[in-house]
Amino acid sequence: MIFDQLKKAWRVHVAQGRQTVPDVRAASPTGYRCLPKVDETKPCLEGCAACIDVCPSAAITAAPVRFDLGRCTMCGECAAACPAGKLSFTNDYRVASTTREGLVTGEGKALEPVQVAERLRAVFGRSLKLRQVSAGGCNGCELELNALGNVNFDLQRYGIEWVASPRHADGLVLSGPLTKHMAAALQLCWDAMPEPRFVVAVGACAISGGVFATSDQLDRSFLDRVGPVLYVPGCPPHPLSIAAGLLDLLGRDS
Amino acid sequence: MSGPVLHVPARDVPDLGTDAFLERVRAGVARGERPVTLYGRPAAAPEQVVMTCVLHGPGGLSLARTTVDRAGGYPALSNDLTRFHAFERELFEQHRVTPHGHPWLKPVRFAGDATRLEDYPFFKVAGKEVHEVQVGPIHAGVIEPGAFRFMCHGETVHHLEVHLGFQHRGVEALLLRRPPKLLAPLVESVVGDSSVAYAIGYARAIEALAGQRVPDEHELVRAIGLELERIAMHLVGLAGLATDVAFLPGSTTYGRLRTAVINATQRLCGNRFGRGWVRPGGVRAGVPRDVAAAVREALAALARDLGPCNDLMFSSRTVAHRLRGAGVVSTSVARELGLVGLAARASGVPIDLRGDLPCRSFERLALTPLTEPDGDCWARARLRARELDASLSWLGRALDAAGDALPGGVAPTGALAPDTLVVSLVEGWRGEVVQVLETDAAGALLHYKVQDPSLLNWQGLAMAVRENAIFDFPICNKSFDLSYCGNDL
Repeated sequence: MIFDQLKKAWRVHVAQGRQTVPDVRAASPTGYRCLPKVDETKPCLEGCAACIDVCPSAAITAAPVRFDLGRCTMCGECAAACPAGKLSFTNDYRVASTTREGLVTGEGKALEPVQVAERLRAVFGRSLKLRQVSAGGCNGCELELNALGNVNFDLQRYGIEWVASPRHADGLVLSGPLTKHMAAALQLCWDAMPEPRFVVAVGACAISGGVFATSDQLDRSFLDRVGPVLYVPGCPPHPLSIAAGLLDLLGRDS
Repeated sequence: MSGPVLHVPARDVPDLGTDAFLERVRAGVARGERPVTLYGRPAAAPEQVVMTCVLHGPGGLSLARTTVDRAGGYPALSNDLTRFHAFERELFEQHRVTPHGHPWLKPVRFAGDATRLEDYPFFKVAGKEVHEVQVGPIHAGVIEPGAFRFMCHGETVHHLEVHLGFQHRGVEALLLRRPPKLLAPLVESVVGDSSVAYAIGYARAIEALAGQRVPDEHELVRAIGLELERIAMHLVGLAGLATDVAFLPGSTTYGRLRTAVINATQRLCGNRFGRGWVRPGGVRAGVPRDVAAAVREALAALARDLGPCNDLMFSSRTVAHRLRGAGVVSTSVARELGLVGLAARASGVPIDLRGDLPCRSFERLALTPLTEPDGDCWARARLRARELDASLSWLGRALDAAGDALPGGVAPTGALAPDTLVVSLVEGWRGEVVQVLETDAAGALLHYKVQDPSLLNWQGLAMAVRENAIFDFPICNKSFDLSYCGNDL
């Protein structure tokens, strides 16, 4: 019996092989619809607002045509609707930014890459413990945040780990549009975290409210009091986007 | 056999009057019809509410309707028909219609009022050695928020009160705010682990309202997306259960196999969760020949590694020791509570819309519903493993039938029929996703009802943990793997 089990376990172990993405900053997720591109050589049709009309989260502005990735769900509706063929998406997943304005990209403006946070690098560069709070998240961001710990993305290899208590946490990773009913619990969690501490906003919902931004059931005042040091856009963001953003923030080698 | 969509002009759904309505519903249930939903919407007169009940019987779906006064209410169905309890609680919470004699009118999501949620008086169990444990809303893991209050004697749980609402985003109100044909991205985020199931239900409802019929090929692409979603989430469930019983080979293997499946989904449609794929009028992406080959390869590799992992996990004594006999929901309790989907089938109740109300794809390529008799955590885990095999084999048959290539495309959708009611059901990986849309005289959306299988199944979890040790709660919870945001909307 015990040898049977050992044989089975060995078979599973061998089949596993090496599954880890070697460098989370140099992967190529096939087909991932992520970074919107605006072709500046193709002019908009006169009076056309097709992209703006179909956008579910008011992420697009006209003249110049720009995307706010903090709102964008990367659903691709705009590219399908554009009669000029001006819009497309690439699988460039390194879309995180250290400022809210840095997430705006399009005609005449590139995405602003993550700046290394020297102070955070000094304290957390080799060991970073994160607490996750979902405040209205649909389980999309939560599943992708969980995936950071699986054998494919294996964030633990960089000393980055999830912890169960805010008392043990250095950073708070926030997902969801921040519902009214989670406002008190979120604040309690933050208050329980020791200094120095910081917030990372993951997903269009956390950054801007996303497709729920106009709901009267949100209370986003926490983000007025505590500004994130890192924004990772997406709906949900690919684990690679989150991993690359965190490593860039800490100035870590891959 | 009728399909998973029912659309009727609202005038063909007569207002029965409350007595006849209740009689119709009770008679239906007595005949073995299953209440899919009972919900309210504001009537033209502000003091009234229109109540609609959707029943699922041997002849397919049917509707019953009445108009009630908010102040007057009506005699509750829940006292003798327990399966109505969540519907009537929601009706009371949303519309202030009192189902008289209802035993427990606790709000299902405390919409719009934070203080009531925080001060809610839980059930008390009295006794010198009785103690209470509160877990949540924030949990130790990376999951959605929700609270659980346990009434314990020693380590034995006598009663669990599930306390939800923290995720309430006001979904139903938001769905009425934008043009009805542009709701797909919002619908896909109602329950983000079931994006494909929700998008299919929504797209079919809009198409029914517009009198549009999409080609069989597009319906087949949708069903392929639905089964890929089921495979991915069943793997998440098995990985989570393996983690919770500290069975690491299962935890890592199921986890990485999920990566392979959702990467195949991403290759097909651009997103690991199948978002941006299904739209009213068709599908944004088909299955090109080269991608079909890649998907086949990914599924073959998955099947190759899944079998040995299942074999190891389900022959391991430590796993069996933790999962067998834990969190039992008997067949009779499952029926009484009206459980749906995976949780119902694991308790021996054979409800699976893919077989009961098949869409065109499942009519063409049949999929036999699977059940497990025991209703424990083991049964819910085993059923996932068996459904994985069934879905993998179905996908193989679907790709065969398609000749390894399917076209994509979205045809323009015309105006929506006025004064029409559409019920659209989809068997997502958790169970039936219910969407009911109704248009007004101008063809605009008058009401959009969303019901996740979790609404009914949360009470199944509460019953499952009774008389279990409190340390088994995590595996019980994971074995159901219910949606918090699906309940809270």
